[in-house]
Amino acid sequence: MNINHHPDETTLISYAAGTLDEAFAVIVSCHLQICETCRETVRTAELIGGTHLEQSEEVPLSQGSFGRLLEKISVEPSTEINNQQSVGELTLKTKKPKHEWSELPLALQSYLKTNIEDIKWKRLAPGVSHHPITLSENANSSLRLLRIAKGKQMPEHGHNGHELTLILQGAYQDKFGTFAKGDIADLDTDVEHQPKVISEEDCICLSATEAPTKFKSLLGRILQPIVGI
Amino acid sequence: MYVQDKSIPIRRVDVTKNETTDHHELLELIALNRDKEAFEQLFVHFAPKIKALMMKQSSDADTAEDLMQETMLTVWNKADKFSKYRGSVSAWIFTIARNKRIDGYRKQGTKHYHDIEDLELSDDATDSEEQVISNERDRMVSDISKSLPPEQKEIIEMSFVNELSQTEISKTLGIPLGTVKSRMRLAYKKLRKSVEDVL
Ligand SMILES: [Zn+2]
Repeated sequence: MNINHHPDETTLISYAAGTLDEAFAVIVSCHLQICETCRETVRTAELIGGTHLEQSEEVPLSQGSFGRLLEKISVEPSTEINNQQSVGELTLKTKKPKHEWSELPLALQSYLKTNIEDIKWKRLAPGVSHHPITLSENANSSLRLLRIAKGKQMPEHGHNGHELTLILQGAYQDKFGTFAKGDIADLDTDVEHQPKVISEEDCICLSATEAPTKFKSLLGRILQPIVGI
Repeated sequence: MYVQDKSIPIRRVDVTKNETTDHHELLELIALNRDKEAFEQLFVHFAPKIKALMMKQSSDADTAEDLMQETMLTVWNKADKFSKYRGSVSAWIFTIARNKRIDGYRKQGTKHYHDIEDLELSDDATDSEEQVISNERDRMVSDISKSLPPEQKEIIEMSFVNELSQTEISKTLGIPLGTVKSRMRLAYKKLRKSVEDVL
């Protein structure tokens, strides 16, 4: 996969700190699976977390803390290692190396228990459909798959907040360039764009938003209540 | 990357080498021998710090204690994965604690933070040379973090210690989001440069 567009550095640093909201963290996780450059950035930023942990003050532990931990060790024979094996199996089944997405990125698989072909799309407008993904109760962001038909030009629109989009299939073009599989569009508030699908197949992307998208044109204003993004 | 630049920090590593090298060795003993004494040493060093970090991030003492226990349990279970992480022991433990905190908050089985070491193909163990580099890197990061201009230091601490989002930092400090981002970028740039100089 040839990746040309990455998340903003500050997005990666926030990911490392653990402060991205759920939908955004899912998207960054998906991208990290296939992008060594961004993994390196996150790893470097995590060093900051390490030194802050090292310099942290100390809080007294509850009595017999280590003893209780030792009991857990003998009682729970490493359930986590089993989890990892199941992730490994998924990768093996599809016979793809780990740094390729096998059908779907790992981080998305746990949310979407289906293949891309089996997704039930909800039509929003001609050539535009979506599939909302349920996050945990406390999430302050929303995550959805968007499917935009080939040749389709989206109305020009801005964003009410941070928006992160990951391309899973196909490609689109806007004033920032061409975005294809694996690329991330990291858009801030007030950025306006008018993406057009340029691939031979429909463009499918995963999109994280923190606030409703406001479309600028008339079509957009009509679209917005329908799209709800 | 001048030789002269390197000589000073390397000498500093020798002075402090023991402690951080020990953490590497302790993890190795846990991974290879399931050594409970080594685990206790690591526990004594990190557990009170992890609990403090959890409490800063707005959990009560009991929850913080539970999250600390879960973090250390994962350290035990995944000690053999550390070599793939290619970072420092404290950074690795930080990421485990971070993920536990997030999972606890979400209260749901879905896992959106995939550990970087799970995504790495390379199986190479950390050899002693890499250990020295990694200890040296730790020292540099620690020095840089301390010497950042106050306004950058503040943003980094609010992110990594208080776990505030960029928007929350912007609201708390009453500064534009763009300013939060640019200070974050500046701090990271210094850090990255110092880390690259070590390599
Ligand atoms: Zn990347």
